[in-house]
Amino acid sequence: MIRFEAVSKSYGNGYDALSNVSFHLAKGEMAFLTGHSGAGKSTLLNLVALIERPSKGKIIVDGQSLGKAPSRRIPYLRRHVGIIFQNPRLLNDCTVYDNVALPLVIAGYRPQEIGRRVRAALDKVGLLRKEKEFPFHLSGGEQQRVGIARAVVNKPPLLVADEPTGNLDPGLSAEIMSLFEQFNQVGVSVLIATHDLALIGRMHHRILTLHKGRLVSAGVRFADDE
Amino acid sequence: MTSNTMAQNRSMPREPSTPGREQPQRNQQIYHHWFSLWASRHLQSCVLSIGRMSRKPFASIMTIAVIGVSLALPMLLFILLQNVQSIGDGWSNSTQISLYLKKSTSPEQVQAFVTQLKNNSDIADVTYVSPEQGLQQFEENAGFNDLLKALPDNPLPPVLVVKPTLGAQTPEAMESLLAKLQNGANVDLAQLDMQWVKRLYALLDLVSHFVWALGILLGIGVLLVVGNTIRLATENHKDEISVIKLVGATNSFVRRPFLYSGFFMGLFGGIFAWLVVSMILFWLSGPVNQLAQLYNSQFHLTGIEIGSILLLLAIGGLLGLLGSFIAVGRHLNVLEA
Repeated sequence: MIRFEAVSKSYGNGYDALSNVSFHLAKGEMAFLTGHSGAGKSTLLNLVALIERPSKGKIIVDGQSLGKAPSRRIPYLRRHVGIIFQNPRLLNDCTVYDNVALPLVIAGYRPQEIGRRVRAALDKVGLLRKEKEFPFHLSGGEQQRVGIARAVVNKPPLLVADEPTGNLDPGLSAEIMSLFEQFNQVGVSVLIATHDLALIGRMHHRILTLHKGRLVSAGVRFADDE
Repeated sequence: MTSNTMAQNRSMPREPSTPGREQPQRNQQIYHHWFSLWASRHLQSCVLSIGRMSRKPFASIMTIAVIGVSLALPMLLFILLQNVQSIGDGWSNSTQISLYLKKSTSPEQVQAFVTQLKNNSDIADVTYVSPEQGLQQFEENAGFNDLLKALPDNPLPPVLVVKPTLGAQTPEAMESLLAKLQNGANVDLAQLDMQWVKRLYALLDLVSHFVWALGILLGIGVLLVVGNTIRLATENHKDEISVIKLVGATNSFVRRPFLYSGFFMGLFGGIFAWLVVSMILFWLSGPVNQLAQLYNSQFHLTGIEIGSILLLLAIGGLLGLLGSFIAVGRHLNVLEA
């Protein structure tokens, strides 16, 4: 699903955010990406989401090589990846329903189809009854779940999350992580950047570790990821 | 799924492929769906842009008022200019040609000439001023009594005052009529005092150039006002734009509501300008009519024609669209790899 081949990302000032990173996330696999802050976790996810482009190396996501993709194709490539942030980045002047519907509206789905899919996504994250609320009326955990519903609503084959539990207490964090596991169980590939080692240590998934831009451990794949 | 098939799915969602024979019908369906998708997106953006404007009514009204004033000023000047031109046309009706006949011309010859002139289709009226009448007028008007008495005999020739018809009063027609009269057998000199009419037209031409220059300047002003407003709007919606782009929006999807906002600002500015100009013309029409009456004139201030209104609205809308297009272009590339 995600394949990095000797990928480096350097910024003009000679600082390498990533250097020579290679790994492969299989279809249907769930993995965590960890490392101290500044190790390059966010850069790696930004490369997957085409927010940044690699300086060197090759990135293949869902069978598409990202390095050569022309700018005008980026929007269509992004529609294959559900992206979740630490701050859920919701539109505050839109209702929960409209926030979740956004990717479908952009992709040009018919209204009936949008209604059906949005409610299905909200149901999965347990917020079906809050569809008419505005984001600022929701708790942090609920906002994050709206962000997840938005990421999964158009059924992307891959979910990437950047510190999705960074602002949440341990109980809520575990809840969010189990949500990701549920999506993984129906075949969605998931890559989550986090530094919550205590939480992910209890879960049986591969852990990729970055240190100063290098991948120091590609982790062990667990049998139940297959 | 490759993104290629994904892109196709966007325009042709979830229909099983049918074999070749039904292809044309399917194509039609695709086009129909594509068109309804296109139309619904535009409708969305349109509603969204009006929604955004209505959420900040004060700021929107301020912008629209600035655009309206910028459009109203040249519009008002154009209309006043048109009115002055129509007065100018009216004044040139009083244009006349003086024919100084040769002193040897006998009264019979003069009468025959007058009859001949009156048959000319370009001439409305001919008045004969005999040398004696001319001398009398000269004495009354110029106060040269003593000087004239010193002359042994009347030095003035017989004069015919020719009034052309309305149709012959364009500067070109007048020049040709003048040339024709100059060639008459008894005519010593045909004189036309067109100078002041020409000066008036030259002056109006100058004013019209000035109004154009002012209109273009204020048009650029509208462009900048809309551009700046849209630039601020994109700044305010920066986070929103980046979120929308992250979930797969194309640049045109992001741009569209801003273009609609710019278009509507320009259009509403045009409507505002129309109202302002109409009110000012209404306000002016009273004093203008009073003045016209004092001059015994039938003159009335002409209002805005429907064509000018449509042109005004179109210019407003286009300037708004162009301004927002220029402003929003630079801010689209957030999150561009």
